[in-house]
Amino acid sequence: MAVVHFDAVQKIYPNGFEAVKPASFHIEDGEFVVLVGPSGCGKSTMLRMIAGLEDISDGVLQIGGRVVNDIDPADRDIAMVFQNYALYPHMSVRNNIGYGLKNRAVPRDVIAAKVEEAAKMLNLSDYLDRKPSQLSGGQRQRVAMGRAIVRDPALFLFDEPLSNLDAKLRNQMRIEIKALQRRLGVTSVYVTHDQVEAMTMADRIIVMNGGVIEQIGTPAEIYKTPASTFVASFMGAPPMNLLQVTREGAGLRLADQVLNIAAADIDETVTLGIRPEDIVPDPNGSLSIHVDIIEELGAHRLLHGRLEEQSITVHVPKDHDVTTGMSRFSMPLNAVSLFDAKSGRRLS
Amino acid sequence: MTATQKPRKRIRFSTVMDHIVLTLGALFMLVPMLMVFQLSTVPDAEIIQRGPSLNIGDQLDDNFVKAMFEASGFSGENTGVSMLINSFILGIGFAVGKIILGMMAAYAIVYFRLRFATLAFWAIFTTLLLPLEVRILPSYEIVQSLGMLNTYQGLIIPLIASATATFFFRQFFLSVPEELVAAARIDGAGPVKFFIDILVPLSRTMIAAMFIIMFVYGWNQYLWPTMITTEEDMYTLVRGIKQIIQVFEGTNLPEYGRGNLLALIAVIPPVLIVVFFQSWFVKGLTESDK
Amino acid sequence: MKRALFSNIWLPVALLLPQLVIIAVFFYWPAGYAVQSSFYLQDPFGFGSTFVGTGNYESLFRNNEYLKIANFTLWFTVIVTFFSLAIALILAVKADRVIRGAKTYRTLLMWVYAVAPPVAGFIAVIMFNQSWGPLTEFFALFGYRFQVGVNFNDTAFAMILTSIWKQVPVNFIFFLSGLQSIPRSVREAALIDNRSASGRFWTVTFPLLAPTGFFLLIINITYALFDTFGIVDTVVKGEPGNNPMTLVYKVYVDGFRGNDLGGSSAQSVVLMALVLALTFVQFRLVERRIHYT
Ligand SMILES: Nc1ncnc2c1ncn2[C@@H]1O[C@H](COP(=O)(O)OP(=O)(O)O)[C@@H](O)[C@H]1O
Ligand SMILES: [Mg+2]
Repeated sequence: MAVVHFDAVQKIYPNGFEAVKPASFHIEDGEFVVLVGPSGCGKSTMLRMIAGLEDISDGVLQIGGRVVNDIDPADRDIAMVFQNYALYPHMSVRNNIGYGLKNRAVPRDVIAAKVEEAAKMLNLSDYLDRKPSQLSGGQRQRVAMGRAIVRDPALFLFDEPLSNLDAKLRNQMRIEIKALQRRLGVTSVYVTHDQVEAMTMADRIIVMNGGVIEQIGTPAEIYKTPASTFVASFMGAPPMNLLQVTREGAGLRLADQVLNIAAADIDETVTLGIRPEDIVPDPNGSLSIHVDIIEELGAHRLLHGRLEEQSITVHVPKDHDVTTGMSRFSMPLNAVSLFDAKSGRRLS
Repeated sequence: MTATQKPRKRIRFSTVMDHIVLTLGALFMLVPMLMVFQLSTVPDAEIIQRGPSLNIGDQLDDNFVKAMFEASGFSGENTGVSMLINSFILGIGFAVGKIILGMMAAYAIVYFRLRFATLAFWAIFTTLLLPLEVRILPSYEIVQSLGMLNTYQGLIIPLIASATATFFFRQFFLSVPEELVAAARIDGAGPVKFFIDILVPLSRTMIAAMFIIMFVYGWNQYLWPTMITTEEDMYTLVRGIKQIIQVFEGTNLPEYGRGNLLALIAVIPPVLIVVFFQSWFVKGLTESDK
Repeated sequence: MKRALFSNIWLPVALLLPQLVIIAVFFYWPAGYAVQSSFYLQDPFGFGSTFVGTGNYESLFRNNEYLKIANFTLWFTVIVTFFSLAIALILAVKADRVIRGAKTYRTLLMWVYAVAPPVAGFIAVIMFNQSWGPLTEFFALFGYRFQVGVNFNDTAFAMILTSIWKQVPVNFIFFLSGLQSIPRSVREAALIDNRSASGRFWTVTFPLLAPTGFFLLIINITYALFDTFGIVDTVVKGEPGNNPMTLVYKVYVDGFRGNDLGGSSAQSVVLMALVLALTFVQFRLVERRIHYT
């Protein structure tokens, strides 16, 4: 088990591209941290620096209190699960799982026992003598997990391990991986571009964008108090509504309504964020929204419409009757987030 | 946690070793050719005295004139220019002939319902098994009896009698999505239109890769031209090499400069093509797998 | 193969015809002719021939010179194949690893592909020139008088060295492309699983290169048997004498120079059998055992 400590860690690829801007943060022992962000934002680069597969251009990285900048991957006491599983095509499942132990001079009978145990845990016992090419996608994914588990590493690294599975299997494996990590208590860093995976699995989430860490926090914090408009729109489906508002007197004008928010020392215009489920139907409400489309999702409904010229989405319970056209809504002011209109940063 | 000292970037020993080994390998490949170049720049007398050296002389242009325009051999028709032309005719003729015949045959095999398709397939692909070298004498006799000695047809056509290009294009055509044929037929294209409007443009890279490989192969032919061309005005550069060496042996003052330059000229066109079209060439070579 | 096929009848025939005519005339006819003449004894002056059954073959295998050449060809093939594969593999592994200058190295290591074998032989003749050849002088440093064209072993050495030089690039290209087709993540997984670089090479990289290696093995044997003709011919300067030579060169010398069509054809047929056996091995072994996906 290990803590991971980043101190101004930066990655500049040989072609001069700065994939990760200097990043500093700390991962606690036993914590499950999810790195999330759009494709190309530098998540894999970050993870691969932890693994030692990419050189660290600048800064200091510590795992378990030891500076690992110059330590080879095999000596970092980590295990990694790759997106395409990276199984050795010429080895049987048994040898795939045991390969890392064999190279660490673990006695043969110990390896055999550990492999059997991991296989049982992952329902792979019947497939130990097959080659990877004879397995289904889900089974290959399990073998990759098994290879990581038997090693008893101080740190698990996952790079989008579920993105090649179909939706059903993905949901199932998501739960299994989380449960396994709980049971083994191993510090884990998990990369995904899927915000649902991030929300459901993480103890803490790190949201990245364009090589920069936008926010670090628990899923609830990220959801409730996004640090920027980027986080607000990236996390949550449907995303938070972002509306342009202007200052008027001591409050803020949104459409034809003046919100009673203390806005003394802010710019002329700001961005107001509100989650779709925080807008509630209210015949006496002050927001007049023109509903264009009603999306029926079974458990609830999504209304897509316009508030004056700005598009807006509202989330209503399934038993709430709506029709297209003008309706009235209201929103509690304590659910509102305010962001700087230019930088997109949260205004506290 | 206290920030530790920033570790210095290390230069890996293994990386240095990699570069050393690669540099040695590159030199192993390059040095002999550089020597040939050096020898073509200095006076013959200097070569006879002290052999290759680091001295780059000023005889390159003299040697070039001698190599290209001065006749040699018995007939006096064997100039560098005529050998160069013959080499290009052989290289290009072979490559073009092979590609055209190969594409036609592959198209017939892959896209048509033919009763004797399997038979044709095997008849053609058996030729992959036996190189020309093992049937060289009977081939010679046949070309002779057809009266094709010392002709370009006699030089080129027997070399084309193998299925490498056909096989290569067959593999490629099989990888073309079959929906394309269906779509083309719905759009009213017949087999000829489909071939010209769709398949040939799709195969452009493959054709380029094949052309490079086949051109080099044709240009570098030695045994067959040696047997089939006895008249000196039919010699290619590669065919002429042995004659150059034999002239070295016989004379008191061998024309080393001229000979080396001819060898260099025999190498430059195919090397340039391979180097400049490297990615196509490598792709063609490794994907054809034979 | 399920395809939306065209159903014309004459078009495909017309498309196939040129190819079929050419291979019939210049492949099947000569191949058949070789088999046939191998059973006849030809009059040296071209007046008819006599059927001798397997006589040509029998005298071939009783001929000490032929057996000696076969023996030399075997060793020549083994040595050339081994060294050109080994050198190319080492270079490919290194070229695959370096980042700086990777493209330059690749170009410098592959251009010799385009050099014709007789030109390679020509370079060898220069390198081993009796009075001033740089390699002759190199051996003279150790007090050895190197004599290509006179001493059997020296000539063999020159042929082998040249043949290796000429063949390394092809092997290099294939090994490098084989290495590059190993998924990056598989190698990274190995990097995490195994701290020893040589361990990783022998347990992961090498087995994954085995299909390429087997394919190249056949290519190289074929090369050493046939394509080295130009090297052999130039290194011995067209004067076989007592010099080492390969089986193909012997076919040429006997048939073309010695006018012994029957004997030469029997030799051709032996070579054909050899190539067919190699191809058979290739199909059986390579296709069946060493493919992972
Ligand atoms: N070897 C490389 N050289 C240069 N740029 C790279 C390299 N690898 C990745 N990048 C770039 O770095 C950025 C981050 O990549 P990555 O970490 O893989 O993103 P992701 O968040 O999708 O995992 C991308 O813009 C990518 O194009
Ligand atoms: Mg990624």
